[in-house]
Amino acid sequence: MNIVRAHILVCRGTGCSSAHSEEIFKRFEEELKAQGMADEVKMIQTGCFGLCELGPIVVVYPEGAMYTRVTPDDVSEIVSEHIVKGRIVQRLLHTEKDSAEVVADLSKTKFYEKQTRVALRNCGVINPENIDEYIAVDGYEALGRVLTEMTPEEVIDIITKSGLRGRGGAGFPTGLKWKFASAPAPVKYVCCNADEGDPGAFMDRSVLEGDPHVVLEAMTIAGYAIGAHQGYIYVRAEYPIAIHRLQIAIKQAREYGFLGDDIFGTGFSFDIELRLGSGAFVCGEETALMTSIEGNRGEPRPRPPFPAVKGLFEKPTILNNVETWANIPRIILNGADWFASMGTEKSKGTKVFCLVGKINNTGLVEIPMGTTLREVVEEIGGGIPNGKKFKAAQTGGPSGGCIPASLIDTPIDYESLAAIGSIVGSGGLIIMDEDTCMVDIAKFFLQFTMDESCGKCSPCRIGTKRLYEMITKITEGEGTLEMLDEMEELCHHLQKNALCALGQTAPNPVLSTLKYFRDEYIAHVVDKRCPAGVCTKLLTYEIDPAKCKGCTLCARNCPADAISGKVKEVHVIDKSKCIKCGVCMSNCKFDAIVKK
Amino acid sequence: MKSLAELAALREKAKAEVNLRNNGEDKIRVVVGMATCGIAAGARPVLAAFVEEADKRQLKNVMITQTGCIGICKLEPVVEVYVPGQEKVTYVKMTAEKAVKVVTDHLINGQVVSEYTIGTEQ
Ligand SMILES: Cc1cc2nc3c(=O)[nH]c(=O)nc-3n(C[C@H](O)[C@H](O)[C@H](O)COP(=O)(O)O)c2cc1C
Ligand code: FES
Repeated sequence: MNIVRAHILVCRGTGCSSAHSEEIFKRFEEELKAQGMADEVKMIQTGCFGLCELGPIVVVYPEGAMYTRVTPDDVSEIVSEHIVKGRIVQRLLHTEKDSAEVVADLSKTKFYEKQTRVALRNCGVINPENIDEYIAVDGYEALGRVLTEMTPEEVIDIITKSGLRGRGGAGFPTGLKWKFASAPAPVKYVCCNADEGDPGAFMDRSVLEGDPHVVLEAMTIAGYAIGAHQGYIYVRAEYPIAIHRLQIAIKQAREYGFLGDDIFGTGFSFDIELRLGSGAFVCGEETALMTSIEGNRGEPRPRPPFPAVKGLFEKPTILNNVETWANIPRIILNGADWFASMGTEKSKGTKVFCLVGKINNTGLVEIPMGTTLREVVEEIGGGIPNGKKFKAAQTGGPSGGCIPASLIDTPIDYESLAAIGSIVGSGGLIIMDEDTCMVDIAKFFLQFTMDESCGKCSPCRIGTKRLYEMITKITEGEGTLEMLDEMEELCHHLQKNALCALGQTAPNPVLSTLKYFRDEYIAHVVDKRCPAGVCTKLLTYEIDPAKCKGCTLCARNCPADAISGKVKEVHVIDKSKCIKCGVCMSNCKFDAIVKK
Repeated sequence: MKSLAELAALREKAKAEVNLRNNGEDKIRVVVGMATCGIAAGARPVLAAFVEEADKRQLKNVMITQTGCIGICKLEPVVEVYVPGQEKVTYVKMTAEKAVKVVTDHLINGQVVSEYTIGTEQ
């Protein structure tokens, strides 16, 4: 007899798993067993809730109480108080920043209230390792309807009408891509891009970890729409939890007959295999990805021919991003108009962003296109920590650009971001405060693209290297004003001449910081000064004689022996020895160390 | 998987499993007092009876939860029933058998079992 009266959901996304959520899960099972309640309370592991900053997350239903920052030691209290006596453990509930209000129901937090969850709808709701739970929330219904009630043309038509555009970066209309690939050919392929190479981005990982079946269902739908019978998911090997759940999902889907031969008794057959990537950024680029699946070194090839004509193994192929796939079944079930009703005129639907950097609510957010940056930063993100000022947001990772504070009311959609020199990209959203040096940020991304350049074409291989050398000189106080112009010229050259979008977009972080924060570059070049106090070569540490008490703490802790002075006398820093590590400053109890 | 009907049947079965996680506003809430006083007076079998009976009758719009001490410990086990749009009903001195009757009469047929309510005790 099944008399389950409560469900305990423990987040087993990568974020929470790294904070011991597996142990928490086990402790719950032990504790429930010890209390003789193992049968009446069901334990469920889920994918990411999106609030990783507050992880590990545990949600208890039917109340829907969300516990945050749970430790294994909290488990017995949750069981004995909440499960046995029905008293919600207030101390573990999420308290909204800048209000004393304790929020029990997670859907009522500011973080979730402004969000619209389409691609993430099942993340944190179902058990990703149980196909029945996916079926319970209408899983595979879209596939069933497509196969039994629709023609391939109708499927492509509904996707086209919905206005869905690729979520992997370029924003190409998905329906159009499918249409190009629908011309008759004996062998075709459907691929999923789960390479997710942008530093700091984890949207796709969260979908795969929280709702793997949605990708399988969507790819099978696409297979029917273009007439393909084989799919490949290219997922990076650094995502072990996602891979594990995908493997389970594929196995279950085969057992249930959602993959394999004669699906829904229609004679249509489709199967999916995984291919693991080793984490090269360029392998996320579509032609390099296909070259890699073919077993060759992951290098891009010139387009045209486009993959829809000649892709994987030289056969017509469609490749879509994980999040793009996650939208497909919902569009089939709810209709093109429903999807097109969300977002802006040309950017439809929702987009998942990884909100990271100097922001209170780090995590995963899904917002309708057209939501302003201000809403994301101030409302969903809960503002900047430590009372600092918002300086800029970086979107699109190494291929994107910066949005300065003056443009915080920009709506986030493809057109608006392109107009100000940035991109929506795959969904990285890095928030920066006044302590961030914009030259240093541009340098960080350049180093990334320089390292990740595959080397096949010289504009990218040599261009990113030269750019990096110049920007490094600037951060070290050796730049010149001519260098800024030279950098700009080289950037334009790269945009025009690189073989693939890695090189073509690598200059974007440089160009956009030069555009909006040129004064910071000039401060580095002319005044030999880093206004944010980040570029170490331009910093000096000094001791304020008026404040120094001669406690010797700094001298004793200095790893370079650069500080001298007698007890109870003013100390001095020898600038020729100082390595600018900042240890003295963080140790000084009298605020006597000044950084200039 | 051979047809949409087969999938629908599967879904109906699976839905019962996740239904608990859908705490919609339109549900009837049955709240069992489960503080030390309630448990000592036998609230656990009452709770179990509610869950079991609701499950047996496939009541999807009923949510059964617990709460702490309501403050009338001598009348425990106490159970409160919240039907959307109606005044709350408080049942006292509950037993597993009474719980079954509350499910059939009140939750299913909308008839408050007045002889178990707090009014009859005072
Ligand atoms: C250097 C580079 C890296 C890329 N990395 C990814 C990636 O990690 N994930 C992804 O989905 N698309 C990535 N893309 C975009 C893909 O080339 C391709 O446009 C996308 O997968 C198509 O799917 P969509 O139309 O659904 O967005 C990358 C592109 C470039 C140039
Ligand atoms: S991994 Fe748990 S909330 Fe993101």
